[in-house]
Amino acid sequence: MSRPLGTQVPRTPLRRILLYAFATLVFIYLMLPSLIVIPISFGESTYLELPPQSLSLRWYQDYFERQEWVSATITSGVVGVLVAVVSVSLGSLAAYGLVRGRFPGKTVLNALIISPIIVPMIITAVAIYKLYSALGLLGTILGFVLGHTIIAFPFVIIIISATLRGIDETLEQAAMSLGASRLTALRRVVFPLMLPGMVTAALFAFLISFDELLIALFISTPTLSTLPKRLWEGIRTEINPTIAAVSTILVLLTVLVLAGLLISRVYFERRR
Amino acid sequence: MAQPKVLASVSERANYRELFLVRIREQSYFFLLTLPAIVLLVFLFLYPLVSFFTRSLFDPSWTTEHYVQAATGAAWGKIFRNTFEISLFTTLGCLFLGYPLAYLLANISNRRRNLLLPLIIIPFWTSVLVRAYAWIGVIGRQGVFNVALTDLGLISSPLALLYNRPGVYIGMIHYLLPFMIFAIFAVMSGIPKTLLQAAEGLGASPLRSFLRVYFPLSLPGVGAGCLLVFSLALGFFITPALLGGPKEVMLSMIIEQQISQALNWGFAAALSVILLVITLGFYLIYNRFMSFERLYGGEKR
Repeated sequence: MSRPLGTQVPRTPLRRILLYAFATLVFIYLMLPSLIVIPISFGESTYLELPPQSLSLRWYQDYFERQEWVSATITSGVVGVLVAVVSVSLGSLAAYGLVRGRFPGKTVLNALIISPIIVPMIITAVAIYKLYSALGLLGTILGFVLGHTIIAFPFVIIIISATLRGIDETLEQAAMSLGASRLTALRRVVFPLMLPGMVTAALFAFLISFDELLIALFISTPTLSTLPKRLWEGIRTEINPTIAAVSTILVLLTVLVLAGLLISRVYFERRR
Repeated sequence: MAQPKVLASVSERANYRELFLVRIREQSYFFLLTLPAIVLLVFLFLYPLVSFFTRSLFDPSWTTEHYVQAATGAAWGKIFRNTFEISLFTTLGCLFLGYPLAYLLANISNRRRNLLLPLIIIPFWTSVLVRAYAWIGVIGRQGVFNVALTDLGLISSPLALLYNRPGVYIGMIHYLLPFMIFAIFAVMSGIPKTLLQAAEGLGASPLRSFLRVYFPLSLPGVGAGCLLVFSLALGFFITPALLGGPKEVMLSMIIEQQISQALNWGFAAALSVILLVITLGFYLIYNRFMSFERLYGGEKR
């Protein structure tokens, strides 16, 4: 049997089997938490039970009937959508300026935009808490949206900048030399090409906000708190399968958002 | 003869000046576009950080007491050691699990890779809280893992995996492994396969060509991945708080506790400055290897 040179997945069956076996174990490790909550949530008993003795929807019913879960979910949803809108609209402007502009100080601005990823979240959360107590923004939708927008910015701007770098600058120059104003060129040429990146960024911004705990931990009030904050309290005080039901819904939402991402990308590529 | 030349240069100069002004005006438009985002970041991020940090030195008047306390208190020394130790072993664990996986992903067909990537990306985007809760159900005393091992007759009494070191490692490695995989994969996918063909064509065994050619070329990815994972691990809060025991207290948990329980803002600020400086140090070394754009961009396109 002749073997092609340099095929880097080991050709000796033993080593190849070992590599795949190892990878399988790691994939199981990675996927296990996302999958395990599903059977737990459909169990009948109050304890974590696997496999469940009998199936029931009582934990889902519990979730939908309890005001504190429902209102926290609605808050998180509203905040997430607003964060996606605000961070993507401001982020697109900033990304366009940073990618196409050649002004001094760009490195500093880039560093500032990336910094919320680098600074440990607990520090950001405490600093925002201190500011919000002074401004009276604790427990307000506006406070949540602004705080989450800050931490979504780095991701949003990285994604949209990458899209912009892939768009040939001569296209907009051509439009302008054919008589379009810069604004028209932006609206008719650049914007349609940027749209896929903006959709991706919006979906990620929503997920980041929807999962954010540390800022919520500090700025939530008894009257207004988000789903992660409610989950955090739940995990620490009442380990019951209602949390598994919420978790299952969250995993489903994550998969849906990622699938939406894939579908939007296929859609945009087909239109091109 | 000299006359027209001077005239030409004067008009040329005027021309340049005009061009220069046009360019400045255009560039200032670009700058203005970034302004809303920058203003938001300065007022809601930079300013509150700085004002929080100043509390470590002015509480309310000039004092170094908080830094002295952080440096000399025996209890705090233990917290720093814990934080470093947990971050270090988490990094090593991620490397051990992540390197072979990145290797596999870099050396299979695009079609297979696209089938396997969701298995990393779905957990990567799953809420940290959901994952911590799930781990409690898996590794607890009555968790799936212990029940399965007992049923199989492999162990007689349940293993203690939760609310201790192993629990923290299981949760933290799970969170940080995708970062390690993406960092190493980004470098590995750029290693030309022809180099290995050359090594083997010259008579090297596959193992030797891996050790002498492939592995050294993948080291920048290993370095970047380790630095990134380590600097992210230093600031962890949620996972050690939910899966660790009293001995697994990390720096960020002390910061939270100092604020919400002890109301000791000055000391919390001093600890935050120390945590940030260390994190930033590791991040800057990481940045010499690789940029965030590459990490996240490599995943996108």
